[in-house]
Amino acid sequence: MTLKRTPLYAAHQKLGGKLIEFGGWEMPVQYTSITDEHLAVRQAAGIFDISHMGEVFVGGAGAEEFLNRTLTNDVRKLTPGQGQYTLMCNERGGVVDDLYVYRMNATDFLLIINASQIDADVPWLEKANSGQAEVRDMSGQLAAVAIQGPAVVKFIDAALPGSACGGAEVQKISELKKNQIGIFIFDYVTVYVGRTGYTGEDGFEIIAPAEKIEAVWNALLKAGQPCGLKPAGLGARDTLRTEMCYPLYGHELDEVTTPIEAGVGFFVALDKGDFTGRAVLAEQKAAGTKKKLVAFKMTGKSAPPRPHYPIQSNGQVVGQVVSGTQSPSLGLGIGLGYVPPELARPDTLIEIEIRGKLAPAIVVTKPIYKR
Amino acid sequence: MSNVPSDLKYTKSHEWVRVTGDIATVGITDHAQHELTDVVFVELPAVGRQVKAGETCAVVESVKTASDIYAPVSGTVLEVNAAVVDNPALVNTEPHGGGWFFQIKLSQPAEPAGLLTPAEYQALIGG
Repeated sequence: MTLKRTPLYAAHQKLGGKLIEFGGWEMPVQYTSITDEHLAVRQAAGIFDISHMGEVFVGGAGAEEFLNRTLTNDVRKLTPGQGQYTLMCNERGGVVDDLYVYRMNATDFLLIINASQIDADVPWLEKANSGQAEVRDMSGQLAAVAIQGPAVVKFIDAALPGSACGGAEVQKISELKKNQIGIFIFDYVTVYVGRTGYTGEDGFEIIAPAEKIEAVWNALLKAGQPCGLKPAGLGARDTLRTEMCYPLYGHELDEVTTPIEAGVGFFVALDKGDFTGRAVLAEQKAAGTKKKLVAFKMTGKSAPPRPHYPIQSNGQVVGQVVSGTQSPSLGLGIGLGYVPPELARPDTLIEIEIRGKLAPAIVVTKPIYKR
Repeated sequence: MSNVPSDLKYTKSHEWVRVTGDIATVGITDHAQHELTDVVFVELPAVGRQVKAGETCAVVESVKTASDIYAPVSGTVLEVNAAVVDNPALVNTEPHGGGWFFQIKLSQPAEPAGLLTPAEYQALIGG
């Protein structure tokens, strides 16, 4: 299989990015070090290439009804320029993908989906659509960057000046509130800027035509340099989101795991009417689940936990780690894993099996990293 | 560019070996630590363990991943570096010095001669 490259491939090479395969894409895992890039995002700012992610436009008079039937959250709650985290489930309540949906106006929506799931999601949406909405996959034409960290708000308006001409009505990007999106003009083209991210820090995600993304990337790098902005790779993106306990499709979420089990039931609006997977999710919300996603910290000196390591309690394997790493912010091993509900309470002691040896860990409240 | 000291022998799996008499000191190369970055954990073999050249005998973990370390030569593990277990960052800061992993008493003293020379290792990593 040939790996796909984003329009920023040359920029990553120039910056010395170390490239790896991710979801069929050749992406930078790091430029200097995961720890440095992670801490830059926590303390100043980092910029990520997220061009691999998918963008799907859903429009038409029936778009709202269609999305509410297909996604778990309630899009009717969104005013123009507002977005929400949501999930797309199958009939068994398993997750087809987790995504962000933005309402641009009364009838038009923008879906930001996982790179690895584009090939699954687009046919899924098309099949669910019985002609009441127009589904347009623009993933091939659009590219995106995420700029994240407490310092971003200081230079974002200088890099991308001007007021919104669509979505949220703001005079400048820094006026966007969390989860809001606006359409702005950059170098004679329209770009979408949302105040969202995947790091737990303040920041923005900018979607632009593929041919324009390098200009956006360069403008941000230049404006952010005095504030300590660094390019950051997928390695830091993963450690940052793990500290925040944000799920990553293929790790915390998959087709046989439900949002209730994954602890994202808050984004399942059971009261909005019927939607795909509702019956199973309603039952699980009422009766409970057989497994629950927990966050944990290693309590002694040990190797970092990694995905697929067994979780043990009282000499029995009770579950599995789905995400695990050394936390650059905390300097210790952290992870997420599935365990039976009776072991999911904070302060429960568990053990992680690392290369045949048991290392002690403790279940903690989410997020693992608190500012 | 990576540092490839001229007084060491090397392996294709990026370990370095310093031979003094019948004792080989082993670590990972500057190139390897640069590729790994941010070493956060080192697991070393038990002292007294018999190892064969090419056998997995230690693990080095960066933030991103766990990597196996192979015994470059055969023999008995004579000593391990407790300092690098306590402070794994030594692998990044002093890969050829304080960041050494373990010492092996050679069972086949001719073995090190078959390892890569500095020039060969330099060629391998594209120096």
